[in-house]
Amino acid sequence: MVTLNIDNKQVTVPEGTTILQAAKEANINIPHLCYFEGLKSYSGCRVCVVEIEGEPRLATSCSRKVAEGMKVNTHSARVRRARRTILEILLANHPQDCFNCERNQNCDLLRLAFECGVKKLRFEESEKRVLPIDNTSPSIIRDPNKCIACGRCVRVCHDIQTVNAIGFINKGPDTMVATSMDRGMGNVACANCGQCILVCPVGAIKERSAVDAVWAAIADPAKHVVVQEAPSIRVSLGEELGLPAGTLVAKKMYAALRRLGFDAVFDTNFTADLTILEEGSELVERVKEGGVLPQLTSCCPGWVKFMEHYYPELAPNVSSAKSPQQMFGAVCKTYYAEKAGIDPKTIVNVSVMPCTAKKFECQRPEMNDSGFKDVDYVLTTRELARMIKEAGLDFVSLDEEPAEDLLGLYTGAATIFGATGGVMEAAIRSAYMLITGRELENLDIEPVRGLEGVKTATLNVDGLELKVAVAHGLGNARALLEEIKEGTSPYHFIEIMACPGGCVGGGGQPIRFDSSLKKKRGEALYEEDRNMPKRCSHHNPSIAKIYADYLEKPLGKRSHKLLHTEYTSRPVV
Amino acid sequence: MKDLKIITRHLNTANSADIDVYLADGGYQALKKALSMTPEEVIAEVKRSKLVGRGGAAFPTGLKWELTRKEKANPKYIVCNASEGEPGTFKDRLILKNDPHMVLEGFIIAAYAVGTSQGFIHAREVYTQEIELFQKAIDQATERGFLGQNIMGSNFSLDIQFYKSAGAYICGEETALFESLEGHRGIPATRPPYPVQVGLMDKPTTVNNVETLCNIPAIINNGADWFASIGHPDYPGTKLFCLSGNVKKPGVFELPLGTNLKDLLEAGGGVDGKFKAVLPGGISSSLLTETDISLDFKTLAKAGTMLGSGAVIVINSDTSMVNVASNVAHFFDEEGCGKCSICREGTRRAAEILSRFSRGQGNRNELEWLLELHEVMKDTASCGLGQVALNVAASAIRNFKGEFLAQVRKEEGVWLR
Repeated sequence: MVTLNIDNKQVTVPEGTTILQAAKEANINIPHLCYFEGLKSYSGCRVCVVEIEGEPRLATSCSRKVAEGMKVNTHSARVRRARRTILEILLANHPQDCFNCERNQNCDLLRLAFECGVKKLRFEESEKRVLPIDNTSPSIIRDPNKCIACGRCVRVCHDIQTVNAIGFINKGPDTMVATSMDRGMGNVACANCGQCILVCPVGAIKERSAVDAVWAAIADPAKHVVVQEAPSIRVSLGEELGLPAGTLVAKKMYAALRRLGFDAVFDTNFTADLTILEEGSELVERVKEGGVLPQLTSCCPGWVKFMEHYYPELAPNVSSAKSPQQMFGAVCKTYYAEKAGIDPKTIVNVSVMPCTAKKFECQRPEMNDSGFKDVDYVLTTRELARMIKEAGLDFVSLDEEPAEDLLGLYTGAATIFGATGGVMEAAIRSAYMLITGRELENLDIEPVRGLEGVKTATLNVDGLELKVAVAHGLGNARALLEEIKEGTSPYHFIEIMACPGGCVGGGGQPIRFDSSLKKKRGEALYEEDRNMPKRCSHHNPSIAKIYADYLEKPLGKRSHKLLHTEYTSRPVV
Repeated sequence: MKDLKIITRHLNTANSADIDVYLADGGYQALKKALSMTPEEVIAEVKRSKLVGRGGAAFPTGLKWELTRKEKANPKYIVCNASEGEPGTFKDRLILKNDPHMVLEGFIIAAYAVGTSQGFIHAREVYTQEIELFQKAIDQATERGFLGQNIMGSNFSLDIQFYKSAGAYICGEETALFESLEGHRGIPATRPPYPVQVGLMDKPTTVNNVETLCNIPAIINNGADWFASIGHPDYPGTKLFCLSGNVKKPGVFELPLGTNLKDLLEAGGGVDGKFKAVLPGGISSSLLTETDISLDFKTLAKAGTMLGSGAVIVINSDTSMVNVASNVAHFFDEEGCGKCSICREGTRRAAEILSRFSRGQGNRNELEWLLELHEVMKDTASCGLGQVALNVAASAIRNFKGEFLAQVRKEEGVWLR
């Protein structure tokens, strides 16, 4: 342990702690821009500088380790002058049309400038750089004019996701974040996970918004606009609308969606249950008939695209089952259209996802098995929250309403899809029954829960030692994937989610620089599961109904057409 | 003492870059002697000589070797920094061209002392002829057994790899140089840790300037006491001064460290025109307006400037200090790495502001702001480049404020925001 003095307070912290972390222990939040919890320190913004007694220059508190007897001042006149000047100079080259910015009211740069007392620029305005906006991706739009070169997006892309879609180019004041050969996010090996958006302190990276298109569809009387919401939305949407993190708002959300004008309000959780039956049956088939193992999950479109770029040779391992979003799209424009007697041509399928990769997924050319584009528009959690605000809904006070039964009923197994390990747990609950014909007694598969990077479990299924693994964050996934490539993977089934924490940490979720939120959202999902009367996908009566009335059986002919897909090999460069 | 030449003593020798010519003048005798000593003894000798680095930072060379040697991590590396980029510096290329074996001998001894068998030379691509000659010198030295396996029959082996850098100024900064060697963008690292602890490929690394290494053979041959008796008592030895600007005979002059600026100017044939100011350490240093001053690290630091790598740039009274400041600011605007916000944006703002002054469109309020920016950059920039980028501008504003005020635009005085 090391004891140091920070702003006249003795602080004792373990050796190797940075001054910034040590100050946090003492309830001092040192302003910072390029530092981000969980990422390697970069020390580029220099905002976190502090004065250390006896040192000639200021030191960056994000990188400097504590030392015994160190005396630190986090806000001396010298430090405050430095911080103001740095923020002033960053603002000088930053567009000042804040009202027009995605991150209006949630901008680190603006907040810090205000908090640190930057009120005006003390020099004449210069010509601002005008760089082209990267509009190439269906998921993510980058505006390099707003970029302050803090490198948080680069670090999350390189170090956490190991995707390397973006990096720095040029030098000096022309330094900017760009894609390989500057080809744009849509033309490089980007997984569209959107983690870069979640870490960006300003509005330089955002999702491609579908808000206006959805409003237009709602306003069109000739359209029947249907909406589905991913599992994790119900525990994160509230954060954007004045409720604490981890508040379960499924039923308020349904109500809000009806108030917005959607014609039918369903739930992606329904097709999450459907996914389990298809994917679970596929697993059972692979295990029983000696198919390619381990089977890899396919519900995360970020992971799927990553696989197509970096591990195309593992495509045979990936379950052919579509993601719940796309299953929903396909059955909505066939089964639902038939049941409700609606011309599928007029159906506009909107999905609300915690995810930017879903925007890419819905426009994949193969995703039109209903005969139409299965899913038309994808909104992120953030976009839905904005629509609710735009409509002036007092979300917190809305009366709860249910979703429509046909494609809206779900079990606890479906709801935990939103957290890392959830798909695995849901699959195990049903696979056990599919293999043994008996129900699993203890439905809580604890070893696959939690935020450990890679989780593993072994289950005894009537003598079969079923080995499973779960990875979240693409960097974590690589270890498991390399094992498969080498032929040493001991697992039968592996769940992979591109985003750290799973969908609760998705790139479309509320932007809050607080890692504890993911945990709270995940816990809320497990709590909903615990309180559900039915906790296994195969117990969902609407699932039984769709198979009886329409699909016949899992992996059947119609299922195969509507609910399964195939993958493409994509280049890395 | 004034005429003592150590590093440039072969300058007038024909074919001085050839190994036989070098051997004929006692070349590689120091290496032989060093190999008969323990590495610790070599380090002790160099420490006792009080040799400090000639690249600009003036860090004691023997201490640097010792710190690297004492680190537990292995392997260790040694790098010869030949990425001479400071405008006004042109001494290393002279040595590389005329006496590559002297550099090489010093380098091999340094590697022996540090305890490494892998060395790298990082030079600017534009030094094409120098690189060719140096590569030839490496080949010759390897042929004669001064490089490679079991050097001169000892247990010590050394491989030296030559790297041509793309020539970015920032890659002369040692941690950016490591990145460049590793094939990455040239971005200086945050210190601590220092290169002697975590350097090239995260291993303990000594980086020595070309000129520094050239002193090593002489120190080993003639002894530390001999070296310590030359010139300045605290910073003994000679220094290559690169004299340029408004002097009659610009060039490289080897004089004892601590030579008076007046004597250097005299050696350079005197100021061309009327003396106005001088940059004693290239465009990274602050302006000096006097000529009667000892050119050593301590004296110049006390005078608010620095010796750096010894690029003495003379400015006469015909030269506009506003233009000097603007030129220098534009150089740093181009050459920063882009990592630190304060340097990345600060150098550009400074260049813009000074451009306006150059055009007679200055805003006087911005002068005060530039001085404050300079202070903040000194305080917060990560590497030397950012810390010194506004030295010239700030010292020009302080010393020649009238020239700047004369460039303020006419409708001046209204502060718009």
